[in-house]
Amino acid sequence: MTTKRFFAAALLVTLVLAGIVSYYASSHPDGLERVAEDKGINAAEKDHALKDSPLGDYGVKGVENSRLSGGLSGVIGVAAVLVVGGGLFWVLRRRDPSADGSASQGEARGAAGERGAATPSRDA
Amino acid sequence: MIVHVPDGFLDAPTSLAAGAVAVAGVAVSLRGARRELDDRTAPLAGLTAAFVFAAQMLNFPVAAGTSGHLLGGALAAILVGPYAGVLCVSVVLLLQALLFADGGLSALGTNVIVMALVTVPVGYLLFRGLLRILPKTRPAASAAAFAAAAVSVPASALSFTLLYAVGGTTDVPIGTVAAAMVGVHLLIGVGEGLITAFAVSSVLAVRPDLVYGARELIKPVVLRTAPPAAETATEGRA
Repeated sequence: MTTKRFFAAALLVTLVLAGIVSYYASSHPDGLERVAEDKGINAAEKDHALKDSPLGDYGVKGVENSRLSGGLSGVIGVAAVLVVGGGLFWVLRRRDPSADGSASQGEARGAAGERGAATPSRDA
Repeated sequence: MIVHVPDGFLDAPTSLAAGAVAVAGVAVSLRGARRELDDRTAPLAGLTAAFVFAAQMLNFPVAAGTSGHLLGGALAAILVGPYAGVLCVSVVLLLQALLFADGGLSALGTNVIVMALVTVPVGYLLFRGLLRILPKTRPAASAAAFAAAAVSVPASALSFTLLYAVGGTTDVPIGTVAAAMVGVHLLIGVGEGLITAFAVSSVLAVRPDLVYGARELIKPVVLRTAPPAAETATEGRA
């Protein structure tokens, strides 16, 4: 599988999980919430400062359909994480691959380049 | 839904101290991640963060009336390396707090500690340690990923309990909190382990070279893919 194809497949899986499958997630309190309720450690809990934000509580304000609202918020979240996280990692990355000196990475890169001969640009 | 530590569980001094520890941990990770990221792995790290975000939305039932969700620290560390792994989970937590009002703003440091700075080293060290002992095969790596992720969750619950012991805002016996937190998170850890093992084995099956934590498994796969690559090269020359 070429790197490009792998990334496309991973992105598709991620979008389906956040946009569609998330609707079927359990709505029961999670482990922390459960313990907080049972043991009373949430007595001093405060509302979130941004609880009325447009995406608060994993929905999109103004979208009535809960399936659409939740799914859309998931897709927006995935996009936001990709932009912020991906941008950060892209800025942080090593610029000179030869400085690494890792033979296995060089081989993998070479093999991927040969396999992806149809696409002249580097997969990424 | 997801639910991370909200505002008001820990007192202000503890939250501030947790924030300082989180900033230090993220700063160290920003430096360390340079060694783990290159042109190929930087987009993978972005995708891993996005996957962790998506998977965290999928609360699964664990016991009567309780659910759990992925933390993702062990998974991110195995896929992209421990320093980049800390950054993956931290970016997710930051955006969840800012965009989705999930996880208190004053509790952001606490959440970074319990879900990134604890799960990543626990998960990664356990995974690497198990790979050293186990045979160098993909099923063994999947089993190691399961165990590493499964243990990282109660470890995370325990770290929250320790913070609560230092600066909890209510007067609940800490042993009670510890038993309840670790108990339910042992079960959630099984779910974390299954999701992590499934994700890691999926990537190992198609692109083992993209699994940072299992580099020693690349060799046999390179040999297997060598013939077609050689053919292509020969065809190219002919």
